[in-house]
Amino acid sequence: MSARLAARIKTGYPGFQLDVDLSLPLDGVTVVFGPSGCGKTTLLRCLSGLEESDSGFIKFGDSIWQSDENFLPPHLRPIGFVFQDARLFPHKTVHANLLYGYQRISPAERRIAPDQVVGLLGLEQLLERFPKNLSAGEKQRVAIGRALLTSPGILMMDEPLANLDMERKQDILPYLAKMRSELNIPILYVSHSLDEVLQLVDTLVLLDNGRVQAVGPAREVLVELDPLRQPPSSLAGTLLDTTVEAHEEEYSLTRLKFCDQPLHVPKQNLEVGQALRLHVLARDVSLVTGPRDIQTSVLNILEGRVSAIETAGQDEHSVNVLVDIGQPLLVSITRKSLANLQLKPGQSVFAHIKALRMIH
Amino acid sequence: MDTSLFDWQPILITLKLAATTVLLLLVVGTPIAWWLAHTKKRWRILVEAVVALPLVLPPTVLGFYLLIALGTNGMIGGWFQTVTGDSLAFSFTGLVIASSLYSLPFVVQPLQGAFEAVGRAPLEVASTLRASPLDAFMTVASPLALRGYITAIVLGFAHTLGEFGVVLMVGGNIPGETRVISIAIYDHVESLEYMQAHFLSAGLLVFSFLVLLTVYALNRRLPVHLS
Repeated sequence: MSARLAARIKTGYPGFQLDVDLSLPLDGVTVVFGPSGCGKTTLLRCLSGLEESDSGFIKFGDSIWQSDENFLPPHLRPIGFVFQDARLFPHKTVHANLLYGYQRISPAERRIAPDQVVGLLGLEQLLERFPKNLSAGEKQRVAIGRALLTSPGILMMDEPLANLDMERKQDILPYLAKMRSELNIPILYVSHSLDEVLQLVDTLVLLDNGRVQAVGPAREVLVELDPLRQPPSSLAGTLLDTTVEAHEEEYSLTRLKFCDQPLHVPKQNLEVGQALRLHVLARDVSLVTGPRDIQTSVLNILEGRVSAIETAGQDEHSVNVLVDIGQPLLVSITRKSLANLQLKPGQSVFAHIKALRMIH
Repeated sequence: MDTSLFDWQPILITLKLAATTVLLLLVVGTPIAWWLAHTKKRWRILVEAVVALPLVLPPTVLGFYLLIALGTNGMIGGWFQTVTGDSLAFSFTGLVIASSLYSLPFVVQPLQGAFEAVGRAPLEVASTLRASPLDAFMTVASPLALRGYITAIVLGFAHTLGEFGVVLMVGGNIPGETRVISIAIYDHVESLEYMQAHFLSAGLLVFSFLVLLTVYALNRRLPVHLS
């Protein structure tokens, strides 16, 4: 089993309690997701040691960061931390900011070189500037580089894109993707907007009101059947990994292939054979039991079998259904529709996908 | 006026006193200011009030109690005498102690303000970049609080230059030991030596003005900007 970050943390202040027990893989990108005020940032600050929880046990791989007897201060933990507001040292140039942590680790620990980070994050033109002469996006890139140069065992990011507009986010996201693929550093990413990291996320933690609502591989957490552990309806849905099959120029569409079934999306600037990840929200799918050649304007129809039907929440108007289309597809329909269609596990259905999002 | 007869000693003693006092206050005042800026303890207000006392007390009140404390029978003075055999009252050392208390708020308050302005955020960043608290203080907090330090040094120095009441109470008027400029001026005026009084007064005035002018000019050009 690979190394893990295990944490039991209890802390609070008047009106708020954080109480979590987590074991996260130190591999890939883990996203802690939840609404504002759910305790995400507090959790990250406790894990980094910036805050000491009232009680807690934190173990990183084999080393204990916090227990009843001892508390390792942040400067002795092998972490990188990226704050929401970059927090560059205003009295130092970009170059000096980048090297601040690098100079404080022993040469033997230096797995990441300054040149590598400068190249990776595109900082060549900025090195001699002072932070006040940088844009918000540039500042955040420097902050990420500065944290990376401590060759951290884990990189913690506290809503690093929250202060940036959509365009700036799109500027930084490719760098994050590159970081993920080129540097083998586990990332713990806190965010209240999952859109920005759906393409990166491996493990997803849903945090609500100081408690862990769900944790697991993102693909599984997002199609959770139980409404109590399900992400908000703006997220609950299925990630589909497709490949580009052809472009249909006359309709300005791109045809994708998913498990030998075709899907259509607006024309994409991608080569045939390239991968494209789609996110299909449960509320954007309807189920049809009738024949395949039913007349409909819906273009994307996937055939499958009902694999599970939610039985909890009897007083809700809607109900979750899982359809096996080669992987579980989460569908949310009304309880009345469920009764009308008399759906049962094993039954063959057509999933009509009314909308899907491309994740770049 | 025949300058060869002019007594330079008060000027030298004053400068020596002010410099020593400021140095001592930087050493003592920095931790106090740091603590005041960062603690959440309730009794910090108590410490803040005590630090600010010299601002409002008549120098004679401070001087009076200091004289008692530093005297041969006083707590500090008595101890000092048994250890060193010397008296603290009416000595240069006693004067340094008295001046340090008298000028304490002028050093602590600008530093505290500067540390508060710097805040915790840069220190947290430094700690996530492997800097120990002392390292973070030296390489991040201090440079960012540079303006506070300059203000503290100048105000502490200038305020010590100008003190009169406390010096008179604690130091007396011993030429070459405790006779500072302000006392010398007072003496000259008492004995109607207006020329000498003019010379010292104008000198102090011009000097003080130039120092403050330099500092304010420098302050505008400092490369340190909190953003």
